[in-house]
Amino acid sequence: MKENVLEVKNLKTYFTLKSERIGSEPEVVKAVNDLSFEVKKGEILGIVGESGCGKSTLGKTIMRLNHKTEGTISYKGSEIFDLDKNELKDFRKEMQMVFQDPFSSLNPRKKVGDLLAQPLKIHGMTDKKEIDEKINAIMREVGINPAYKGRFPHQFSGGQRQRIGIARALMLNPEFIICDEAVSALDVSIQAQVINLLLDLHDKYGFTYIFIAHDLAVVEFISTRILVMYLGKIVETADKDVLVKTHMHPYTKALFNAFPATDPQGRENKEQVVMGDVPSPIKPPSGCHFHPRCPHAKDICREKYPELKEVEPGHKVACWLYE
Amino acid sequence: MENTEQNKLEKNSLLKEALFQLKGNKPAIIGFIIIAAFIIMAIFAPYLTPFSPTDQDISIRKTAPFVTEHLLGTDDLGRDLLTRIIFGSRISLIIGTISVGISLTFGILIGLLSGYIGGWFDNIVQRLVDIMLAFPYILLTIVIVALLGPSLVNAMIAIGISQIPSYIRVVRASVLAEKENDYVTAERSLGASDRELMFKSILPNCIAPIFVQATLGIGNAILSSAALSFLGLGAQPPTPEWGLMIASSREFVTSAWWIVTFPGIAVFLTVLGFNLLADGLRDVLDPRMKS
Amino acid sequence: MKDTNTRETLLSMENVNVSFKTHRGTVRAVRNLNLKINKGDTLALVGESGCGKSVTAHTINQLIPMPPGVIESGKVIFEGRDLLKLNIKEVAKLRGEKISMIFQEPMTSLNPVFKIGDQIAEVFMTHRQISRKEALKRTVDLLNLVKIPAAEKRINDYPHQLSGGMRQRAMIAMALASPEPGLLIADEPTTALDVTIQAQILRLISDLKKDVNMSVLLITHDMGVVAETADRVVVMYAGRKVEEADVYSLFDNPKHPYTLGLLNSLPSNEKYHNAERLEAIKGTIPDLLTIGDGCPFENRCPDAGPKCSGTFPEETKIGEDHSVWCHYLENQEPSK
Ligand SMILES: Nc1ncnc2c1ncn2[C@@H]1O[C@H](COP(=O)(O)OP(=O)(O)O)[C@@H](O)[C@H]1O
Ligand SMILES: Nc1ncnc2c1ncn2[C@@H]1O[C@H](COP(=O)(O)OP(=O)(O)O)[C@@H](O)[C@H]1O
Ligand code: SF4
Ligand code: SF4
Ligand SMILES: [Mg+2]
Ligand SMILES: [Mg+2]
Repeated sequence: MKENVLEVKNLKTYFTLKSERIGSEPEVVKAVNDLSFEVKKGEILGIVGESGCGKSTLGKTIMRLNHKTEGTISYKGSEIFDLDKNELKDFRKEMQMVFQDPFSSLNPRKKVGDLLAQPLKIHGMTDKKEIDEKINAIMREVGINPAYKGRFPHQFSGGQRQRIGIARALMLNPEFIICDEAVSALDVSIQAQVINLLLDLHDKYGFTYIFIAHDLAVVEFISTRILVMYLGKIVETADKDVLVKTHMHPYTKALFNAFPATDPQGRENKEQVVMGDVPSPIKPPSGCHFHPRCPHAKDICREKYPELKEVEPGHKVACWLYE
Repeated sequence: MENTEQNKLEKNSLLKEALFQLKGNKPAIIGFIIIAAFIIMAIFAPYLTPFSPTDQDISIRKTAPFVTEHLLGTDDLGRDLLTRIIFGSRISLIIGTISVGISLTFGILIGLLSGYIGGWFDNIVQRLVDIMLAFPYILLTIVIVALLGPSLVNAMIAIGISQIPSYIRVVRASVLAEKENDYVTAERSLGASDRELMFKSILPNCIAPIFVQATLGIGNAILSSAALSFLGLGAQPPTPEWGLMIASSREFVTSAWWIVTFPGIAVFLTVLGFNLLADGLRDVLDPRMKS
Repeated sequence: MKDTNTRETLLSMENVNVSFKTHRGTVRAVRNLNLKINKGDTLALVGESGCGKSVTAHTINQLIPMPPGVIESGKVIFEGRDLLKLNIKEVAKLRGEKISMIFQEPMTSLNPVFKIGDQIAEVFMTHRQISRKEALKRTVDLLNLVKIPAAEKRINDYPHQLSGGMRQRAMIAMALASPEPGLLIADEPTTALDVTIQAQILRLISDLKKDVNMSVLLITHDMGVVAETADRVVVMYAGRKVEEADVYSLFDNPKHPYTLGLLNSLPSNEKYHNAERLEAIKGTIPDLLTIGDGCPFENRCPDAGPKCSGTFPEETKIGEDHSVWCHYLENQEPSK
C-alpha cells in the first residue's frame, strides 16, 4: 500500500457574502463543508460534481490560494497553512495547478517564453541558457513547437493554450498536480489529446493528480479513484472500477444516467435524468442536500444529514438508503 | 508547416489590428493630426516664426490679421500673435505632460494598491476619492493653487493633484476586473510575490483604459491651465500662455477681436484633438484582446 | 428507422460560399455547402470549433456581419423563397416569426435590465394584437411548457437571477413565443452547461420538437449530443461538408476519417472500457486563411494519400441517405 501524500481532515471553507441590505445577516456560502479524504502517491483522484458544488474552492484551498475556515490539510506530513514563507515557496514548487479556462489562465501580455520562464525565475534560476533549454524541452514534451516561444497566448488555439498551461505547471518538476476542469473548455476532439497528454505525463513522471471535472465520462476515464461531491459535501467515493460497477448514491446514479449516449439506438427508452436545478449553496436544503431532486427521498432525508459511511472497504456513501 | 516568416508576421498582429481599426476611425485620425501638429509646433517653435514671443513694439500694436507679415495680427503690446500662440503650445504641452505625469504616478500607485489589496485600505481610499470628486474639479484646483500660491508650476501641481481621483477610479476598476482572471491565481500558485503580481502581471493588462484616461487628461489639463491663468492663478505675464493671452486681452473683444479669438481657437482645437483621439482609442482598445 | 428522405424539405442551402475579408487576408469559412432540413426533423451540424458551424447558421438568419463577411454565392431556400434575396424588413419579420435562434451563452441574448416575463411577453405583443395581461398569461404557459418551476413567480426575475440551465429554458421559451416557430437554430445550446442540465435541455428540445412540430438545426461539437437528439447529421470540417447521413446509419457505419475521429474522442465510447488511452485526432484544424483546395483534413488524416492535397473529393453515396466526401474510403479498416 502506497503512502498518503495528502491528508485532508474536516476541511471547511466558507465565504461570507456582503449583506445586501443594511442590518441583514450576512449570508454564508459553505463552499467546502467538512470534507475528509486522502490522496496516495501516484494516484489520480477524480473529483466530480455539478458546477458550484465547491470543487474549485477545494482545489484552491489545498493549494493555499484560498483561506480555510476549519480543518487540516497536511501535505507530506506538514500542515500547509502553517508553512512559513520559505517552506511555502518550496511547497509551491512541488504542487502545481492547471486551470479550466485556457483563455484567462495565461497572461495575455506575456509571450509564451516569458510565461514559462517565470516559475524558474521566481524560484531562483538565473542562467539564461539553462532556462532556455528547459523551456525547449518542456515545450516539446507537451507538443508545442519551441519555435513559437515568441508568440502571445492569443495566437494559439484553445487546445494549444491548455498545453502551454500544462507546460507551465511542469516547469518546476512538481510531484503533485491539481487539474481544475483542465479539459472542460475544450472541444471533445482536442479534449482527448489533452487527456492523453496528462496520462502520458503521469506514466512518465509518476505524478499524483487531483483531477477535477463536472463531466463524469472524463473523470471516469482518467481516474483511479473517484470522489463525488454535492453542495460542498462528499456523497460517495470509491475506486474507479468499483464505482463504475456499483454506484450506490442516487446522485452518482443520476450522473451516470446523464452520460451522453455514444449511439442513438434506444435513446427513446433511456431512463429519465435528474430533474430540477442545482440548489443554491447559500441555503442548502435541509437534511440530505439532494432530497429535492432525489427519487428515493424519505422523511428522514428531509430532517437529518446522512453521515459518510463505509459500505465496503474503500467505498463510502452518504445516503439513508444504505444505513 | 509554419515557418519563422509567418511567426514574424503574427508577432505584431495585435498592434496592427489596433492600427488597422484606428485607420477606419475618422474622428480619431483628425484628433491624431491635430495633436501631431500641436507637438511639432511645440518642438520646433523657434524655427517656425521669425518673431520673438515677448518682444514688444508699440508702433504696430493691434495690427489686424491677414494684412501684414504678422499673419494673425499683433496684440495690444505689438507682439506677433501667431508667434505667441506657437510658443504657447510649448507651455501647454509641458503643463499637459507634467500634470498628467503627476496624476498618473499617484493614480496608478494608489489605484493599484487599493484594487489589489482591497479591505479597509480600499475602503478608506474610496471614501477619500468620493470626497475629492464631490468638489467641482475646477474649484478643487483653485483651492490647491490658492494654498500653494499662484504660479505656472503650482498650477501644474494643482491640476495634477486634483485629477488623481479619476485615475484612481479608472485604475482600481480595471485592477478589480483583471485580478479575477485565472492567470493571476496561476502565477500566485507558482510563488509570485504580491509586488510581482501587481506591477508585472496586472498593471500591464490595465494599460488600455489608463492610456485612454491619460489622453483625455492632457486635454483637460490644458483647458484647466488656461482657466487658471485666465483667473490670474496660473502663468504670469509675459508668459505666452493661451489662457493668460485670452485674459489679458478681454477688454479688446470688441475693438481687436483677434487677440482674444485666436488663442481661444488654439485651446479649443488642442483639447478637441485629445478628446477625439481618446475616444478613438477607447473604441479600439476596449474590446480587449481579440483573437 | 425513419425514412427521412421522403419528408418535406423546410430549408435547403445550395452551394453556399461565405468568406471574411480581414487585414490578414480572406478567411474561407464556408465552402460549397449544401444541406437540407426536413419538416419536423432535427439536423445536427457537428464539427470542432472554427469549422464554420456558426457562420452557416448566421447565413440562414442573415446575421453575418458585412463587412468583413461576404456571401459569395449560393441560395438559402426556405418555404420556396431565397432568403439571401430578401430585404431587411422581410428578414426581420422572418427572424421574429419563423426562424429563431438560441445561443451557447443565453446571457448575451437576454436583456439584463428587463424581467424575463416581460421580455417574452414582448415577443407575443409584437407579433399579435393582444393585451399585456394576455401576453403575460401565455408567457407563464410557455415557461411551464419549458419546465421552469414556479413560472408565475419566475416571470418577475431578471436574467441574472436564473441559473444557466433556466436561462437556456427561458431562451427556448422566447423562441417558441413567435407565431409560427418553424425552425429553431440552436448554436451549442448546452456547451456551457453541466452534463446533468445538458441532458434535461436536450430532452426538452426533443419533446418540444414533437409537440409544436418545428424543425431544429442543432449545432454541436459533441457526438454524444448528436446521438441523443439528431434525426439527420451533417459533419463539417474546415468549412466543408465531409459526411452526411441519417443518425442511425452514421453511428452504425461512420465512414469519414474525421467522423471516426470525433466518435473515438468520446471518453464514454464503449471501446474505452479498460483502455489506457483515447484515440485522439492528432493536430489542430488548419488556418482557414491559407487553406488550399484539397481535402482540409489531410494534415490530420491517418488514411491520407497522394490525391488528397490536390482536389476536394467527390461525393460517394454509401446508402439511401448517407454520403461521404473522401478519396480513400477503401483504406479504412472495417468500421468501428
Ligand atoms: N471568493 C468567493 N467568494 C464568495 N463565494 C465564492 C467564492 N468562491 C467560490 N464561491 C462560491 O462557492 C461555491 C462553490 O464554488 P466553486 O468552488 O467555484 O464550485 P465549482 O468549482 O464546483 O463549480 C459557489 O456557490 C461559489 O459561488
Ligand atoms: N466576423 C468574422 N471575421 C473574421 N473571421 C470570422 C468572423 N466570423 C467567423 N470567422 C471565421 O470563420 C471561421 C468559422 O467560424 P465559426 O462559424 O464561428 O466556427 P464554429 O464552427 O466554431 O461555429 C473561423 O475561422 C472564424 O475565425
Ligand atoms: S439520503 Fe435520502 S434524499 Fe439523500 S440521496 Fe439518499 S435517499 Fe436520496
Ligand atoms: S480525402 Fe484524403 S485526407 Fe481527406 S479524409 Fe479522405 S483520405 Fe483523409
Ligand atoms: Mg470550478
Ligand atoms: Mg460557433
